[in-house]
Amino acid sequence: MNILFLLIFVSLLIGAVALTAFIWSLGNGQYEDLEGAAERILYDEDIEVEETVNHEAEKRT
Amino acid sequence: MRFQDNELRLASRAGGDGGLRSVLSVPGMHCGGCIQKIEQGLLKLGGVTQARVNLSTKRVTIDWQEAGDTPALIDTLESLGFEAHIFRAAETETDERLKYLLRALAVSAFAAGNIMMLSIAVWSGSHESLRSALHWVSAFIACPALIYAGRVFFVPAFLALKNRQTNMDVPISVGLILTFAMSMFDTIAGKEHVYFDASVSLLFFLLIGRTLDHIMRKRASQAMNGLQKLIPQSACLVDIDETVRFIPLEDVKPSMRLRVLAGDRIPVDGIVRSGVSDIDMSLVTGESLPIKAQAGTQLVASALNLTGPLVIEASATADSSFLSELIRLMEQTEASQNVYRRLSDRVVKIYTPFVHGAALAAFCLWLFFSQDVHQALTIAVSVLIITCPCALGLAVPIVQVMAARRLLDAGVLMKEGGALERLKEVDTVVFDKTGSLTLGQPAISNAKAVSADAMAYACALAQNSHHPYSQAIAKAGKAQGYYAASSELTFDNVKEVPGCGVEGVLGQDIYRLGALNWAAVQDGALPDKMVGTALSRNGVLMHIFEFDDALKPGAKALMQALSAGGYDIHILSGDARDKVETIARNLGVKTYASQVKPEGKLSYILDLKAAGKTVLMVGDGLNDVPALSAANVSIAPENAVDIGRNAADFVLLRRDLMSIETALNIAKRSDSLMRQNIYLALLYNIFAVPLAFMGLVTPILAALAMSSSSLIVVINALRLKRGHS
Repeated sequence: MNILFLLIFVSLLIGAVALTAFIWSLGNGQYEDLEGAAERILYDEDIEVEETVNHEAEKRT
Repeated sequence: MRFQDNELRLASRAGGDGGLRSVLSVPGMHCGGCIQKIEQGLLKLGGVTQARVNLSTKRVTIDWQEAGDTPALIDTLESLGFEAHIFRAAETETDERLKYLLRALAVSAFAAGNIMMLSIAVWSGSHESLRSALHWVSAFIACPALIYAGRVFFVPAFLALKNRQTNMDVPISVGLILTFAMSMFDTIAGKEHVYFDASVSLLFFLLIGRTLDHIMRKRASQAMNGLQKLIPQSACLVDIDETVRFIPLEDVKPSMRLRVLAGDRIPVDGIVRSGVSDIDMSLVTGESLPIKAQAGTQLVASALNLTGPLVIEASATADSSFLSELIRLMEQTEASQNVYRRLSDRVVKIYTPFVHGAALAAFCLWLFFSQDVHQALTIAVSVLIITCPCALGLAVPIVQVMAARRLLDAGVLMKEGGALERLKEVDTVVFDKTGSLTLGQPAISNAKAVSADAMAYACALAQNSHHPYSQAIAKAGKAQGYYAASSELTFDNVKEVPGCGVEGVLGQDIYRLGALNWAAVQDGALPDKMVGTALSRNGVLMHIFEFDDALKPGAKALMQALSAGGYDIHILSGDARDKVETIARNLGVKTYASQVKPEGKLSYILDLKAAGKTVLMVGDGLNDVPALSAANVSIAPENAVDIGRNAADFVLLRRDLMSIETALNIAKRSDSLMRQNIYLALLYNIFAVPLAFMGLVTPILAALAMSSSSLIVVINALRLKRGHS
């Protein structure tokens, strides 16, 4: 019987962690731009930016 | 420092790392490619430390260094092909209420999910001691959840009761609190049935409805988004010692002298003291042709100075200028309007007393027959739970959310969910002409007859002027590829003669582009019938350009669709009679009026309404604003002034006018879905209430009934996604 209560406690704990995570992400502005986030995944920002920088460097030399 | 830079500086606020943060509205962005282009384009500018696009709100936030030059943000975006407007700081505040609702929603979802999980063990027939323990755990979860998330309903209900009024929140609060108290009592007493699961999932569903409803209402202020700035936020003051400095618009006082350069808007009402220019009044009065301004001419705020610098003496402060007069006119109209009662409000008005009556009747009857207070109270509570308007609360907002999405896909921004209901009722459509049916910018109408040679000269000269005709020539020249040719032609001594045109010297010859009798002086008396803008060499006429204000795409198709749909169509314009007549005939519209002042448009709309019509007004200019707010429902096209966008219920995001017809269709379809949803929610009650009345509703039945009715309503609303687009 006691194991049941432990399980209930654990499941509530996991749920509470998820809830805290959601509330944190809400406050952190993760949901400000859902459409943008969906599109951004298609672009590899790091590489793109590096290339741009390189072009700039080439132009200057 | 350029005027635009100054505007940008004034509109920005302190950002991270001691720099400044500006927010620009870029309505044209629509995909990941745009994000990349905009962010990387802006980051290349000197001084810009960060650029972050928000695709949902179509804005870009830019951090830049205060020291050094103001980066040319707007110019850069324009060269990338995006139209951009400055966004004022006050409008970018985040929506705290929405965040609170979402947090409450998350808490109630957590509580409902976990209590449901425990309840399944109870429902499947757990042992008595375990059941009691599970009830206690449920109570432990439900109590804080109700206190935190339930405040959304409790606080307004309490305030309403304090003022001896009642609203939708009162029955919800009574239901929630009564259910919880009852269940708490039964838990302590060790009874079999408790309703923690029902009360918390009730809260969850109600909060979904409330959040959606809030989002739909919130649009009212979100739609002020891509506001096109009409009045500059600063003015260029000329001091007594003739020095010039920028001051904020609020500081402008009557009798101050202000300088207005060509291409800028007039900041406040005033009288011209020196300088000569042409003034574009199209936004103010709807006149498509510019008027001439010289010393002594009265000017209104927000008119556009086209050709020459002017010094004006302010005759009013910003608060008492032309715009504010319009706003006053608008407010009067709004005050006198009887407010449209929304469908959901009307249903709730009937529904609430009925539910309370049923619960009370159940309590009295059971008390009378069974003499058991506890049982009677249980039955009454189960009636309250089962009738709690979750499905009803979802029925309308979920359809509005779907409709808003469909509309946005079709290029229409809806500012408030309730506008859909009013749009569906429309039987009369009143259009403004300049800028609404037409593009509001003249285009060359005899382009084919123009020789390549003349076009190249004209294009080269026209680039030096802000006059709408010059801009039209320059634009047509670029479009037809004469731009390259004309850039080889370099005129010397190019000067703009306000009220006449542009003049330039090439080699030995003087070229002029402008008014006929000024450009073609050598030709002597010209036939009266000749109109348009002339290009001349040494006073000898080379060519005449004719202009007209072209119709927007979809204008004709829209008129056909509307008249086929049985709508009554009117055109109401401030422009000259012949111009309105041409457009009306072209579009096959029989009812039209010309040279109508803003007050005239207003009374025209009011007369139509008094005659029992439901009027949709489509207008873009300042002169349409009172009419927009007076009409039952209003649409502002994409080029509308910001105050017009604020007054309108819908804002078009694309040029194509056919989106108006799409909006009307979506409105009709969503209205029928809303009605269906309300019928479904009521139908559910017809079955559920008798069961609850007879005391047959167990917690499991209540949970099932509640969730399924809410789900059905949501699924029905999803049907709006499909269908013709």
